[in-house]
Amino acid sequence: MVTKTKSIKPDTPPATTAAPESTGWQKLTKPLLIAFVILYLGLVLFIPALNVFVQAFSGGVGLFLKTFSQRAFLNALWLTILMAIIAVPLNTVFGLCAAWAIARNKQFPGRTLLISLIDLPFSVSPVVAGLMIVLLYGRNGWFGPLLEANDIKIIFAVPGMVLATLFVSLPFVAREVLPVLEEIGPEQEEAAKTLGASEWQTFWRVTLPSIRWGLLYGVLLTNARAMGEFGAVAVVSGNITGKTQTLPLFVEEAYKQYHTEAAYSAAVLLAGLAIVTMVAKALLERRTGLKTGAGH
Amino acid sequence: MTTSSISQSTRLPAIPRPSIPWVITFGYLFVMLLLPVAALILKSLTLSPAEIWRIATSPMALSAYEVTFVTALFAGAINGLAGLIIAWVLIRYEFPSKRIVDSLIDLPFALPTAVAGLTLATVYSNTGWLGSLLAPLGIKVAFTRLGVFVAMLFISLPFVVRTVQPVLQEAEREIEEAAWSLGASQWQTFWRVVLPPIIPAVLTGVALGFARAVGEYGSVVIVASNVPFKDLIAPVLIFQRLEQYDYAGATVIGTVMLLISLLMLLAINLLQAWGRRYGN
Repeated sequence: MVTKTKSIKPDTPPATTAAPESTGWQKLTKPLLIAFVILYLGLVLFIPALNVFVQAFSGGVGLFLKTFSQRAFLNALWLTILMAIIAVPLNTVFGLCAAWAIARNKQFPGRTLLISLIDLPFSVSPVVAGLMIVLLYGRNGWFGPLLEANDIKIIFAVPGMVLATLFVSLPFVAREVLPVLEEIGPEQEEAAKTLGASEWQTFWRVTLPSIRWGLLYGVLLTNARAMGEFGAVAVVSGNITGKTQTLPLFVEEAYKQYHTEAAYSAAVLLAGLAIVTMVAKALLERRTGLKTGAGH
Repeated sequence: MTTSSISQSTRLPAIPRPSIPWVITFGYLFVMLLLPVAALILKSLTLSPAEIWRIATSPMALSAYEVTFVTALFAGAINGLAGLIIAWVLIRYEFPSKRIVDSLIDLPFALPTAVAGLTLATVYSNTGWLGSLLAPLGIKVAFTRLGVFVAMLFISLPFVVRTVQPVLQEAEREIEEAAWSLGASQWQTFWRVVLPPIIPAVLTGVALGFARAVGEYGSVVIVASNVPFKDLIAPVLIFQRLEQYDYAGATVIGTVMLLISLLMLLAINLLQAWGRRYGN
């Protein structure tokens, strides 16, 4: 990153900065702006991100492995994976249905309202999301007496955490698939139907192949959010170590108990998840970029 | 609203018949979103108006709103400016490792907020990499309101970059060249030709980032000291109320925050509609 400023000079073909008369000040604009971007991103993003890895491995692999053998850690890891196992398929099915219903019906009353409603979890605070679930399924909530009578525990238990995770990761698939569906249009699907394909066949053979990259990206984001959610899950889980603790909750708990190395061992796993998500996103973008570039 | 739009569908031919995707969409939204929202709003309505007002405007709540909204506004504004510059540099300039920098912008979307809070608290603590540089100047970041600000900067950073990038990409360079050839200076070209069409995108990004920062919990709760009247944000206050089994307090403040999110959602939709009009 430091070498950046040096290598700026060679590539100044006038194509990018073809201002009629470049004064000295204007020549400086580009290196100054690039330096600002690197500095700003360094302070806010890069240095904090790098710190996660340095801290996690500073104590050597031994300490790292010690955390990994803790029961509480293994339980948190399993619960984190469980959240994704449940939330990803459910929100994928919903997202596909919602995107298809909205994209294939251009005019119905409340279409914009429906799209905004799907976006709601993006703008509602995760804590408020958790609170709503507590007010619905908690002891004093709407369904509280009914659940208690049947001995079903949702709040301070895994089902509540699943509901909170479903809430916060609800929009991603719908949001990623909707624009793709709108862009490809209904013509191919209609052609398949005229040729005698059933609705199910049309979906599997025509619709799904053309939306697969957008869908995959939506699934990736859903997965990242489901595994990484903190606020909403913290509200409903009660944060019981070894019972209702996901990895993000484990990170906070360990940090508060001054087990910094344990916190960073768990944090580096979650950071690894973030890196996988971002690399996959970059690959998907290259892929779709190439696809559309070749197709048109 | 779900039931009304379904029952109308039998009367109006323009509306599709309730097929399986429709049933799943409305059924799921009803259970997952509408029911919880209704539970929150109706629960707060069981209190008397005087009680609601007293809780919603208690000094601690007012201070928490102030910390939340003013800090988020600052973070949004700084990221509005920085995000515009970042988007500009990524679209208009070539430099080594540009692609890596571009993909790393999404880090705050992908990194769990607990990890962000943890690492910001370490890096900006008095002994951390960056905090130790600021400590001699008397600037404390971690466990102060400044820490809340840095966490909000972190989580709202990608929004403006990602809303401005596509608009800048599509902006026609010929118009800029025309402005130059007609004698406009580079500065005039930027202010009069380049900037106006991207303003809706910048504002949309700022609004999205602001909405995200206002609701943020995970990173802030770790990087702040969460002391009332100092650096306690509204979401953390709701959490503390719940921990104290003060459901009325949590519900009222939660409803205030929900209503503000709904207003933000409306503002964002209007901004996006404005941007689309500009684009056409």
